Amino acid sequence: MHWRQIKDRLSAKSMILAVAFANSLVLLVGLGLLIKSIPILEKKSLFHLLLSSNWHPLRGEFGFYPFIVGTLEVTAIAMILAVPVCLLSAIYLSEYAHHRLREIARITVDIMAAIPSVIYGLWGVIVVVPFVCLLGKWLNTPTTGYSLLAGGIILAIMASPIIISVSLEVLRTVPIQAREAALALGTTRWEAIKHVVLRNAFHGILSAVILGFARAFGETIAVLMIVGNVPKVPTSVFDPAYPLPALLANNYGEMMSIPLYNSALLLSALILLLVVSAFNMTAHLTLMRVEKR
Amino acid sequence: MPHISLSNLMVAYGNQKVLQNITVDIPNNQITAIIGPSGCGKTTLLKTLNRLVDLYDEIRVEGEVRIDGADIYDPKADLLNLRKKVGFLSQKPYPLPMSIHDNITFGPRIHRMNRKELLDQIQELEKHIPIDSLCPNGRQEETRHSKTHEMAYLVEYYLRLAGLWEEVRERLHAPAAQLSIGQQQRLALARALAVEPEVILADEPTSALDPISAQLIEKQFKTLKNHYTIVVVTHILRQARRIADYVIFLYLGELVEHGPAEQFFSSPRDERTRAYISGEIS
Ligand SMILES: Nc1ncnc2c1ncn2[C@@H]1O[C@H](COP(=O)(O)OP(=O)(O)OP(=O)(O)O)[C@@H](O)[C@H]1O
Ligand SMILES: [Mg+2]
Repeated sequence: MHWRQIKDRLSAKSMILAVAFANSLVLLVGLGLLIKSIPILEKKSLFHLLLSSNWHPLRGEFGFYPFIVGTLEVTAIAMILAVPVCLLSAIYLSEYAHHRLREIARITVDIMAAIPSVIYGLWGVIVVVPFVCLLGKWLNTPTTGYSLLAGGIILAIMASPIIISVSLEVLRTVPIQAREAALALGTTRWEAIKHVVLRNAFHGILSAVILGFARAFGETIAVLMIVGNVPKVPTSVFDPAYPLPALLANNYGEMMSIPLYNSALLLSALILLLVVSAFNMTAHLTLMRVEKR
Repeated sequence: MPHISLSNLMVAYGNQKVLQNITVDIPNNQITAIIGPSGCGKTTLLKTLNRLVDLYDEIRVEGEVRIDGADIYDPKADLLNLRKKVGFLSQKPYPLPMSIHDNITFGPRIHRMNRKELLDQIQELEKHIPIDSLCPNGRQEETRHSKTHEMAYLVEYYLRLAGLWEEVRERLHAPAAQLSIGQQQRLALARALAVEPEVILADEPTSALDPISAQLIEKQFKTLKNHYTIVVVTHILRQARRIADYVIFLYLGELVEHGPAEQFFSSPRDERTRAYISGEIS
């Protein structure tokens, strides 16, 4: 066999190995978490763990309900704030803006995406928390500012770059003929966008939103710094909350002498992993469908 | 008075001039063919006539394009009305992402035409092209829809006018993307006609089509020219010979020669026209 052919085979084989290794990591992580969570699953039903609000590790009570609710609510607030603004910006950048402005915005958005979340967290403590505190005073709802709302605002800002940049790319893949077809019939720009461009880009934009959602759902540090971290089901957006990622980051490694504590935390990690993976898979499957068309 | 009259038109993408010194009147109720080698500016010229060139960021248009006497590049010009009056068929048909039926009704719905306007529009058109004449063998009973269902009647009328009705009558509510390319092009024609334009611009409307579908489109254009002014870009000389009443020959962004088709093809005045017609340059 020629040396060139050998090299070709070797490189193909090593690439397969690399891919297999990278992919099996996800499985290994999931498997590790599952094994570690077995002890608590043997003692308590999963159903009970997910729906109980009692979080008293010392008494052996591990109810994840407040954490799950906290995660969902903070994510929901973030999405409600982020999605409309991001979609409008993406539409503006793709359909109305001069192409130079579009390029500048692309760069800014990329920078936003690259800022470490600690910095967002600090910025949240300095700016968002006092702002929410003031807002609470103004609305006669005393609050420290460390709250669901503050967490949601920070998450919205952090999820924005991915939502904007993916939906912008999706909108740019809609061929110019689509716009021409509508405009040539005498539609306004907005009518062309609404009836033709957005219909075409719908699945892609949906997956942009899901990707943003996944980012917000799993984000840890920034939220942990401003959401208050009180293990109780919040009753208003000015109440503090305690999302799952914050629970993990705050407690893992400490108080490990408490029986089952370790196992309970790893179970919550597994839940988080599964939910975020599910979001990501949905997003990628919808994006794949877009590309096939 | 001609519908469309260009004088001293210059179009540039950024600093690159692609059309200059274009002065020509386009005759009414005839088929005008714009011919010329690839890259000479045919598509650009066509798209300046309904301002679709506005979509390009760096476009620059100087000179005058008058339609019915009004300069369409006047900042106060009514762009929506212009595009309603000047329909457009692209090289590759693009069905709107909706059903066949909705593709036709899209224009009238966007322009918020009411019942009476729709009926008036069809009645006016029927004076020139009665629906009976669009039915094979003139069979009146083929017309399933009565005039009381104006939208349904409108859809049928324009699909017949574009020569597509018989092929889609059973699946009007299927997605338009399911149609063959040739059918999509006729759908695009029907869709453009449904906003009742006075002018139809078509950019190589048959280049993506098989010979049979291409023939159908050509036949349709010949039927339509009595009522519409048609401007067709084509790079097929034989097609220009078959359908054109008037010819505009562009070469490297310049208007080399224009005139009635017969004269243009039989006794071209310019050396370059002669060379192009005989196939020496392409
Ligand atoms: N969006 C654009 N930006 C920059 N230059 C362009 C753009 N569109 C067209 N051009 C240039 O303008 C010139 C004329 O293009 P146009 O598409 O009008 O030619 P055409 O005669 O229609 O050619 P073809 O027969 O190949 O379709 C070409 O040199 C082309 O490169
Ligand atoms: Mg062209």
